[in-house]
Amino acid sequence: MSVTKEPVAVVGIGQTKHVAARKDVSIAGLVREAAQRALQDAQLTWADIDAVVIGKAPDFFEGVMMPELYLADALGAVGKPMLRVHTAGSVGGSTALVASKLVASRVHKTVLTLAFEKQSESNAMWGLSLPVPFQQPLLAGAGGFFAPHVRAYMRRTGAPDHIGSLVAYKDRRNALKNPYAHLHEKDITLEKVQASPMLWDPVRYSETCPSSDGACAMILTDREGAARSPQAPAWVHGGAMRSEPTMFAGKDFVSPQAGKDCAADVYQQAGIKDPRREIDLAEIYVPFSWYEPMWLENLGFAEEGEGWKLTEAGVTELDGDLPINPSGGVLSTNPIGASGMIRFAEAALQVRGQAGEHQVDGARKAMGHAYGGGSQFFAMWLVGSEPPQN
Amino acid sequence: MPELLKAPLVVEFPFTRSLGPVQSAFLTGLRERTVLGVKTSDDKILVPPVEYDPVTADELRDLVEVGATGTVTTWAWNPEHRRGQPLGKPFAWILVKLDGADTALLHALDVDGPDAVHTGMRVRIRWAEERTGAITDIACFEPYDGDEASEATPHDGEFEDKVSGIVAPARLDYMYSPGRAASAYITSVAERKMVGERCPSCSKVYIPPRGACPTCGVATREEVEVGPSGTVTTFCIVNVKAKNLDIELPYVYAHIALDGADLALHGRIAGIPYDQVRMGLRVEPVWTEGGRYPDHYRPTGEPDADYDTYKELV
Ligand SMILES: [Zn+2]
Repeated sequence: MSVTKEPVAVVGIGQTKHVAARKDVSIAGLVREAAQRALQDAQLTWADIDAVVIGKAPDFFEGVMMPELYLADALGAVGKPMLRVHTAGSVGGSTALVASKLVASRVHKTVLTLAFEKQSESNAMWGLSLPVPFQQPLLAGAGGFFAPHVRAYMRRTGAPDHIGSLVAYKDRRNALKNPYAHLHEKDITLEKVQASPMLWDPVRYSETCPSSDGACAMILTDREGAARSPQAPAWVHGGAMRSEPTMFAGKDFVSPQAGKDCAADVYQQAGIKDPRREIDLAEIYVPFSWYEPMWLENLGFAEEGEGWKLTEAGVTELDGDLPINPSGGVLSTNPIGASGMIRFAEAALQVRGQAGEHQVDGARKAMGHAYGGGSQFFAMWLVGSEPPQN
Repeated sequence: MPELLKAPLVVEFPFTRSLGPVQSAFLTGLRERTVLGVKTSDDKILVPPVEYDPVTADELRDLVEVGATGTVTTWAWNPEHRRGQPLGKPFAWILVKLDGADTALLHALDVDGPDAVHTGMRVRIRWAEERTGAITDIACFEPYDGDEASEATPHDGEFEDKVSGIVAPARLDYMYSPGRAASAYITSVAERKMVGERCPSCSKVYIPPRGACPTCGVATREEVEVGPSGTVTTFCIVNVKAKNLDIELPYVYAHIALDGADLALHGRIAGIPYDQVRMGLRVEPVWTEGGRYPDHYRPTGEPDADYDTYKELV
């Protein structure tokens, strides 16, 4: 008899209302809020949790070096295993995947996984530009790092200049339907996006993610736990991580090999042959607007050079054929350490039919995606409304 | 073998912390010379207080006031004063259980030597003259010869003008060395020569070199001089002022593939209006007197490189 993996179900999801600064709570209070909401959603208590897996952004981003130590009591981890995962901006995704593997391998039955960040307590731009001796300081922040790769994408594909603004306009409108999203720009127009200043040309201010405080939690459980769930679970059909160096001769920053391999692994696990037709929506990590068409190609939703055409044709709109980031995405909400998990959680919310106003009709299969570092860490999962077949 | 470079690296930032209700009451209490603890689900008094029960994970909000006197539960002598420590001289670190509390607080005890400290000794708080709502509002503890007196009494945690956040500066002192390959590179660049290293396995030329090929995982030793001219493979126009950077805006930040290199390095383009910089532009480094690096790269005047000649390096 072959040993098969335990099917993994998402039975609880909780987020904080993401904002620029949560000055009313400590970091412990912030994570507690998301975890409590996830427990409430699953109708479980702390005693039902067997292990806790957490993630956050790199330590310098908020100066907490050992969150697992400080947060054990806030997350009810006393007497239980607690782990921390660490993969830069993709950490929220890889954290959920580590938790998922603990259930799939039958090490634990029910696991709480959570990711957070209080960007207001530090300065990510400082954290990304430490004054390393002998190095020539040239640039600060992620925008300047990624903008040349956006230009390279535009050159390679011949995408017209306005594609980025279409993505931002869509995501900011989607965020208006998501009560947890940080930016709620009620009077947003395409013209306003296009008139916003260039920060790192070709990346505009309105095509850049905000800086947020927030946390996201999920409760993952086995088949038995899913059977007791008061609400429909989301089922994990596949999940994978891949890494590559930040820089190497032959690295394709526009469409990194690690991203392609990671997606291929997920599709293989989930039995997906044609992602564009078989997947109903995706929550993908788009911190700068142009990364939507770039990742559409990297993830196999479009042929190389064709991603921008999906965006331009409205395919990725909330009512389009393949909605991308119905929640408003990273462009509307970015507590960096939590952003990957929010993608995973929003994908799960959709296939549970619980996304409220930003629900995609009839969503049965959804992808959650995160990337981090210098486009070097990738984490993805595919969730479905039905248990996996294999 | 060239000199291995070394320099101090200080990483320092004034992180801020929102306190939340319990820590806010605790630190404001210290400012008002009042020590607060919190009562757990099984009636234990924790000082300093925490927001969540360490055993049951319940939210804890029942505050109590405990004594300013207590008993040392254990200690360690701190023979040498270090930056940021209290008292400015050798002292004892103590764990002190304040009268009325069930757990101990870490602080400093002002005594002349290790012979003057013992577990079980009685101590009291010496309050700081200037108090701001911080743990340093307790300047230190000092020996005290009274008996255990106070019981914990309920406290509503309310004060005028509560402290809601603190600054928690962090500082790490490193001695940084970039290693053999980068040291050699930095030294040669200062002599206005761009020297990379070739991987013995895949033959790719890395500049700056890192001493190993990230793809093949083997050491690189063969030095290869590249450039000095190169091609702009891609770029952005920076309109955002960075704190530690004294470059006039806007400026062009470019990836430049030096002739003979297999990946681009990063540099600033000048000597041409920023809005005329383009992919494929041919450039060369410009050094200034005493500069460790090229100050910027400027157009060579050659015709632009054809996209096909550098597209693999983008
Ligand atoms: Zn090699």
